[in-house]
Amino acid sequence: MAKKKRIVRKKAASGTKGGPPTRDRAADAVRARRAGSGKTIERIVGMGERVVEVSLSPRGGDPSLEIPTRTLSNTRYNKSKRTLEMGKATQTRNLFNVNQAKKFMQSLLLAAGCKDLAEEGKTLSLRGMYYRSLHTIAGTKEKTFADQSESDTILEDLEVSLGALREELHVFAKKRGTMVGNITIEDSGDEIDCRRMGSGGYAIPSICEPDVVKFGKCDAKFVLHVEKDTVWSRFNEDRFWEKHNCILTEGSGQPPRGVRRLLHRLHHELKLPVYCLLDCDPWGHYIYSVIKQGSINLAYESQRMAIPDAKFLGIRAIDYSRYDLSDDVQIELNDKDTARAKQIAAYPWFRDNRAWQREIKAMLDNGFKMEVESLITKDISYVTEVYVPDRLSSKDWLD
Amino acid sequence: MSATLEMDGARARKPGTKTRSRATAESMASQQREISVSEFFAKNRHLLGFDNPRKALLTAVKEAVDNALDACEEGGVLPDIRVELEHLRESGEGRYRLAIQDNGPGIVRRQIENIFGKLLYGSKFHRLKMSRGQQGIGISAAGMYGLMTTGKPVMIISKTARSKPAHEVVLKMDTSKNKAEVVSETEHPEDDALFPDGHGTRVVIELEGKYMKGRASVDEYLELTAIANPHARITFVPPATGAGAENADASPATPIVFERAVDELPPEAQEIQPHPHGIELGTLIQMLERTESTQLGAFFKNDFCRVGPKVAKEICAEAGLTDRTWVKQVGHAEAERLYKAVQGVKIMAPPTDCLSPIGAKVLLKGLEKGLKPDFIAVSSRPPGVYRGRPFLIEAGVAFGGDLPADESARVHRFANRVPLQYQQAACASFKAVIETDWKRYGLQQPRGALPVGPLVVVIHMASVWVPFTSESKEAIADYDEIRKEMRLALMECGRKLGTYVRRRQRMKREGERRSVFERYIGEIAKSCERITGKPGQPVYDALLRMAQSKTEEADAVLDEEGKRIGRADPLERDEGVYIRERTDDDDAPVEAPKGAGVKKGKRVKVVKKKRVKTGSSGGAGGSSGAGGAGPAPKRDAKRAGARVVNKKKRPDSPGLFQNDAD
Repeated sequence: MAKKKRIVRKKAASGTKGGPPTRDRAADAVRARRAGSGKTIERIVGMGERVVEVSLSPRGGDPSLEIPTRTLSNTRYNKSKRTLEMGKATQTRNLFNVNQAKKFMQSLLLAAGCKDLAEEGKTLSLRGMYYRSLHTIAGTKEKTFADQSESDTILEDLEVSLGALREELHVFAKKRGTMVGNITIEDSGDEIDCRRMGSGGYAIPSICEPDVVKFGKCDAKFVLHVEKDTVWSRFNEDRFWEKHNCILTEGSGQPPRGVRRLLHRLHHELKLPVYCLLDCDPWGHYIYSVIKQGSINLAYESQRMAIPDAKFLGIRAIDYSRYDLSDDVQIELNDKDTARAKQIAAYPWFRDNRAWQREIKAMLDNGFKMEVESLITKDISYVTEVYVPDRLSSKDWLD
Repeated sequence: MSATLEMDGARARKPGTKTRSRATAESMASQQREISVSEFFAKNRHLLGFDNPRKALLTAVKEAVDNALDACEEGGVLPDIRVELEHLRESGEGRYRLAIQDNGPGIVRRQIENIFGKLLYGSKFHRLKMSRGQQGIGISAAGMYGLMTTGKPVMIISKTARSKPAHEVVLKMDTSKNKAEVVSETEHPEDDALFPDGHGTRVVIELEGKYMKGRASVDEYLELTAIANPHARITFVPPATGAGAENADASPATPIVFERAVDELPPEAQEIQPHPHGIELGTLIQMLERTESTQLGAFFKNDFCRVGPKVAKEICAEAGLTDRTWVKQVGHAEAERLYKAVQGVKIMAPPTDCLSPIGAKVLLKGLEKGLKPDFIAVSSRPPGVYRGRPFLIEAGVAFGGDLPADESARVHRFANRVPLQYQQAACASFKAVIETDWKRYGLQQPRGALPVGPLVVVIHMASVWVPFTSESKEAIADYDEIRKEMRLALMECGRKLGTYVRRRQRMKREGERRSVFERYIGEIAKSCERITGKPGQPVYDALLRMAQSKTEEADAVLDEEGKRIGRADPLERDEGVYIRERTDDDDAPVEAPKGAGVKKGKRVKVVKKKRVKTGSSGGAGGSSGAGGAGPAPKRDAKRAGARVVNKKKRPDSPGLFQNDAD
């Protein structure tokens, strides 16, 4: 009901202004989304039907959901494709298991929510979805979700068990990550020139599928992905992308799916090589690993996200001596870091890579980690004017 | 060396008392005289339990009540005892008048002076018969204490039959002679209303004391006495309390009445002869001197229990004598040989009909009435023997209910039905409780200490002669035989308690499990309706049924050790076990003993695994509803193998669903 009213009001507003017919575009998008979601609805209904069927079976059934496991043990490294793939192992989520009952309930609750969204042709953020399904359970003081992280995990479970992507479930994440560079794109029908984004850059949306983001004119020759916003700002201020004719992206740490999807499309559709400038620590190494092979948690999306040819520019463990950095840049490796580094070194996709084994060992031998910002101790623009151009010209990177 | 010392001594003495002459044997002899028992105990009254005012008051009450109970039981009367305590403020803060009245057979006039005025005078010392009193010290000592602290004599009124007049005698003790003086004497008319039963005794003692509630108080003593003597009715009139300290009759206190739990007197204990294994050489020689028998064979047969002609002969032969040997001819050497012979001969254990235990059933009732716990297990050991004296241990554990959950367990000790309230740590029973490994029974127990939990442990020792550590009868001496029996009795109770505690934990778990399922089923049904567009109500109903049968199944399949819990519960059939039926309003979850936490986790897993294997063998019996850890499933139904679904406590299913449907 409320929905209709709002549309009516919009109509009136746009009518008086006489501007471009925005309402039509919104309606078009709804229609388009609705049209594309038939398969999703079908799958959700199928899941519900199975639960009902088992519940009503005359012998009394124990309804359950099969959910592919998202753990390292169920992740396979495909050597020929050089990406992570999800194995076939599934876990059964039973209603009549004290530890699973609540999750079972939450799964159905969110599935119902996703179905509503699909039918209405609208999308919601993860947080919106959490609020949409949040209420107090009848007759108790307990809420359906304790916090958003619970509903986020369940949504990921739903994605894998329904074989539908998050976009197809009409759910998106908070946007994170920025882009600037020699490219023009079209986002939901708006043309965006990424050369004219000021100091803030273009915020990469959570959903970067071709129906949302379309690539226009692109002069860039490569993509430089940096770990975080601060470094990215340095590059942007120095107009690095202009000088070197590239696209500059940033993922605020572990890049969200939107950023990874966008990088993947830039790489595969526009054939741009991707270079990563990340910290010299286990977390930086893992960010690279995720960009390159895909993440363990979202192994099922690797083929849409992984960039097996992405390169690791630095920071390298050797840079400390190579660039004669001061002692102040050292951040001591703690036990957790060391353990994580060893874990990463043991991942199948790193295990057989000699260069990477050497790199991790060098870091451990150093006994400290370094952030990209450590180069600032040399000079404010050292990283943009010396370090990265050096790496690129000498083709000195890890693969 | 010694010379120097002497010189020093001489020098030191010099300036002082030159006149003081050294005592001679003669002069010392003039000072030497017999000490009467009364004098001894008057000086050493702490030995009898009169060390401080508070304890003195308790001891006085205790001695009088013990005597009253003994008298009633011996006279075959169901005891009805009244204890009145009056605070005499006008004559000093610590002055009390204690009156104890029973409905026993009464005391004949000529014995009154002896019984109440003489220490170590009584009927109980010379015999081997189970009774509360033993030495004949108690009540006279209480009177003596009263006289010494207040100067007031003791008043005794006793009536032996309806047709006879009651005698009122006022007695004053003469400690130097261990004798009583009659101060005044009155004869009440025959139709005196004082004794409604027509017979009984009333003792009034004025004494210095201190009345306080709490542990080791008169209140506690009477409460415990009521537990161990459920056949007695005890009325206690506590001192008047109230703001008006000047106003003596400010607020008359309401009497506390401990009603009878059973209307049957315990079977009378039989008196027995000493058992040959229980005597010492000196005692044997004494007995030989005093016996009326002339020949050894007869002596053994008549003066001991469990000795027949054959055994007598055997003993004599072993000692190189015959059963025809004249007792008079037995000298010290022969007696010693006889003593050794006795130890070597196998003799049947002493008879046990001389013991009158409280009895498992009665103890159960006493505990139930007194403590109102959730669970009681009692056990009664077969009689044992220490030093030739038969004894019997009974133990009980009461658990849960209103008992404090996070305090150390309390130990109530009894000897011949008398509560022991002091010197807990010195008592064999206390040691036995500590020695017992309560962790095995699902309770927490710090090293070398009492278990912690809502637990009361009761230990009763019944014997013809209870070995106390002192005259004040506060602790049972630590004989190995006694402690072992105590431990075995506690272990028996503990095992049952363990079963119960574990079951309660399991029930709680099951209750939680069920409530988890039930909580989410409504949401699930609604989501299914939203997804499929089909009505959710049938799904809700089906799932609810399933949840109930799932948890019921788990209820009854296996116990913690993986054994099947049959439909008929062994605990339920056990006469020594009481489990309180839970009512709706005590549904509050019971705190499980904390210590068991770690172990518990493990056990859960085991149970789960096993359940998967042996699983669905049919739900047996209904159990309490959602969230309730109620250990009172419908056992009858279980036994019949019927499946009972307790609908009462569950929210009405359609209501829950529809109220909330959008």
